[in-house]
Amino acid sequence: MALTREQIAKRVAMELQDGYYVNLGIGIPTLVANYVPDNIAVMLQSENGLLGMGQYPTADALDADMINAGKETVTAATGAAIFNSAESFAMIRGGHVDLTVLGAFEVDQNGNIASWMIPNKLIKGMGGAMDLVAGAKNIICTMTHANKHGESKLLSECSLPLTGVGCINKVITDLALLEIKDGAFHLLERAPGVSVEEIQAKTQGRLIIPKNTPEMTL
Amino acid sequence: MAGFDKVVSSYSEAMAGLEDGMTVIAGGFGLCGIPEGLIGQIKRQGIRNLTVVSNNCGVDGFGLGVLLEDKQIRKMVASYVGENALFEQQLLSGELDVELTPQGTLAEKMRAGGAGIPAFYTATGVGTPVAEGKETRSINGRDYLLEHSITGDFAIVKAWKADRFGNCIYRHTAMNFNPMAATTGKITVLEVEEIVEPGELEPSQIHTPGIYIDRVIKGVFEKRIEKETTQAAKQLGAN
Repeated sequence: MALTREQIAKRVAMELQDGYYVNLGIGIPTLVANYVPDNIAVMLQSENGLLGMGQYPTADALDADMINAGKETVTAATGAAIFNSAESFAMIRGGHVDLTVLGAFEVDQNGNIASWMIPNKLIKGMGGAMDLVAGAKNIICTMTHANKHGESKLLSECSLPLTGVGCINKVITDLALLEIKDGAFHLLERAPGVSVEEIQAKTQGRLIIPKNTPEMTL
Repeated sequence: MAGFDKVVSSYSEAMAGLEDGMTVIAGGFGLCGIPEGLIGQIKRQGIRNLTVVSNNCGVDGFGLGVLLEDKQIRKMVASYVGENALFEQQLLSGELDVELTPQGTLAEKMRAGGAGIPAFYTATGVGTPVAEGKETRSINGRDYLLEHSITGDFAIVKAWKADRFGNCIYRHTAMNFNPMAATTGKITVLEVEEIVEPGELEPSQIHTPGIYIDRVIKGVFEKRIEKETTQAAKQLGAN
């Protein structure tokens, strides 16, 4: 069975380590915050200028001056810091954020990512995504393995305008966990009940399959 | 003697001197920390052909979005413009130009502009459409783009509290782009929730020193929330 959005988020959360500063993008990445293991502490960075994003506020604590990068009302966690946008991107671009999790339309076997623009459709803008992929040491890309027409989103070469070049090293999809290195996708884990054959069929880029591919434990 | 007293009492005084074709740099992230009254004044003055630099362009009917209603903006420099149907319509019809700029690059363009640095190198955008037409240079084995800084004729900024000298403090994440925007204007106008006397703010707690500020006005704010999310309603990120 392909993973649900929540299960993808849960698998991403297993990659978190105690003491990590983490930036979570919009969509599935945001859900990761709900699955942080109890025995570790992570600090969530929101690029509008908040390090230490907390829960959503209760209705009586709603504050228009307290939002995250998705423009949702949030609270500050204990020990949070608030700063301006230049400072926020200094920590992102300067490589101080330990892990970035973001979504994508396409990734390719050379670690390129396309996530912000579909030509001839509405162009909304890249927001902070280009800075995040240029600056992070450690990026996990979450996405569905194929689009709704069954076409692979893990390609030999991205077809859409890029967000960043050679920057993605790990992809967690609804079907598998893969590492990108040496110009190929390396299959590390498959979703419970998903066959290697299905993953191969839905991966257009070069796929390296080990002798044994373990199932994810969630 | 006015000395350093920068307080003005009307929005028309606050935005006096703004003319057609000028560049306006605005603080704010989404609808958070935006100079609502100063934007309203630009609309009332009917200034046209503006270049507006801001992370976003408001939403339909609020924030910088109101300047689209009478086609006052000719060019928008922003990182994300996805919340605005009128924006899309004017972009597609060619009435509006847009220069999409990565968010961190935009913040740094403002910071550098106000700090007297004409351009800087960044890895952000290398190998993407953002790099088109820009100088690329390899430094220590990595490629970087040369990005030029931004200054404006007017900067419009929203803070929480200011003293009469323009020293100010922002509140929570309403800070965002405001401190950088404040440094970029030939004329920088600060709209605040509260004006206090000089000496009332702790000097070491001031976010933007008054030297960057030319005019201060006490505003009236609606502070609209773009996406109201509460704990009772849902888990983080569920939609």
